[in-house]
Amino acid sequence: MTDSRVVTGISLAGLILFWWAAALLTADPTILPEPGALIAPFLRELASGDLLYHLGQTLVRVAWAFLLAMGLGLALGLAMGRSERLNRWLDPWLVVFLNLPALVLIVLCYLWIGLNETAAILAVTLNKVPNVTTVIREGARAVSPELDAMARVYRMSWWTRLTHVTLPQLAPFIAGAARSGVAVIWKIVLVVEFLGRSSGIGFKIHMYFQLFDVTMVLVYALSFIAIMLAVEWAILQPWERRVRRWRTA
Amino acid sequence: MGDPATLGTARAPLADGMIRVEIKEKRFGRLPVLSHVAFEVAPAETVAITGPSGIGKSTLLRIVAGIDKEFAGRVDTPARIAMVFQEPTLLPWRSARENLTLVHPGLTRAEADAALARVGLAEKAGDFPGQLSLGQQRRLALARAFAGRPELLILDEPFVSLDPETAETMIALTEALIKEARPATLFVTHSETEARRLATRILSLRGSPATLAPHAVPIKGVNP
Ligand SMILES: Nc1ncnc2c1ncn2[C@@H]1O[C@H](COP(=O)(O)OP(=O)(O)OP(=O)(O)O)[C@@H](O)[C@H]1O
Ligand SMILES: [Mg+2]
Repeated sequence: MTDSRVVTGISLAGLILFWWAAALLTADPTILPEPGALIAPFLRELASGDLLYHLGQTLVRVAWAFLLAMGLGLALGLAMGRSERLNRWLDPWLVVFLNLPALVLIVLCYLWIGLNETAAILAVTLNKVPNVTTVIREGARAVSPELDAMARVYRMSWWTRLTHVTLPQLAPFIAGAARSGVAVIWKIVLVVEFLGRSSGIGFKIHMYFQLFDVTMVLVYALSFIAIMLAVEWAILQPWERRVRRWRTA
Repeated sequence: MGDPATLGTARAPLADGMIRVEIKEKRFGRLPVLSHVAFEVAPAETVAITGPSGIGKSTLLRIVAGIDKEFAGRVDTPARIAMVFQEPTLLPWRSARENLTLVHPGLTRAEADAALARVGLAEKAGDFPGQLSLGQQRRLALARAFAGRPELLILDEPFVSLDPETAETMIALTEALIKEARPATLFVTHSETEARRLATRILSLRGSPATLAPHAVPIKGVNP
């Protein structure tokens, strides 16, 4: 545990060292500023409230898209995993959506719905639902028929069955879908903001991209990466450990 | 797979509390497994079902329990059924106590603890099933079955793969619990001695597709 943390720390320090060396070799801060040069602009943006505002906007979009994609994917995956008939009908749709490039979905949503929040969140959600569905379907297929029979004999209510019999069996799949879900969603949210929103990290990156301001692009991008890593370590990993507790007890 | 028009009906409420099983035929695909299996179980009667491995005993129990509804014929059973499966079939992610209270929402914490104490698991209420030995898991499954005050209790080889001593404890415990709660009991066993010890009547499955052997012997002199 501590061992792996030390390794992570050293490895990350190595990355920063590599960046620093590259900046020295480039010797042009407009192309690649050295790490220390980001601190002052970072503090300036933080103090002005700009950074927090745009971070907040992006996080709200990530949260909405994440919840919608997980909810829809869970329901669809469960239904398709449990019913072979439904699966036969819906599987071709799934394959089509899985292979639709994210950019196409985003552009179509903006064209059809307009350059607004609904279109943005819908575009991200639709990009992620097929993935979550596929993962959850795998889990639903592996649900124990013995426990199903037990729940039926004892006439457990559907809610108890869902929360205490089915979902615990799906927990590793849900956790997997959630982790890869967050990772993919926040990247797509940035693209959506880049293309058609006037707030959020993606919007700021677009703005500084047009000004060729590498320093500010890095400030915004790295702040957001830091937040997403914190979410992963502070929320997702502890939750995953909690639902696995019975395995290791 | 039964033809939908001949699907079995199950669980009609009964006035006299008799359990009536009339299976005309049960097949898996094209393979008929059971054919003309009909019998009754009176309230508080204990009936053993014996027969060689693979003959269809578990299949019969699953039909009576209402798990398998794809058969031709009809089964009348009471509302409250409990089943002890060949494997303990517990929720591994919930504690021993929760395995009782989740399955029986009417059960209070104190009642659940009493049920656990009755099968000698008082100390284990907070443990996960994975932390229990196979014998303890089996006893937990037994506690779960009796906690619902079943009118019909179904047991599918509940004593297999236990060492003789643990098996003996389980049999004695089951015997005592049945005496206390007096449910109608239907149980499958490979062992003639187990059958004679617990049951008031023995039914044997024979042949392919399996039917009831004609000599459904009454023992202990109790007739339905
Ligand atoms: N889901 C199923 N699909 C197809 N065939 C099945 C299925 N379940 C059981 N069978 C077949 O039906 C027959 C009866 O099986 P069953 O499990 O009822 O036997 P059993 O008498 O309980 O055996 P044992 O004493 O070994 O537990 C077997 O030949 C088995 O292969
Ligand atoms: Mg069997």
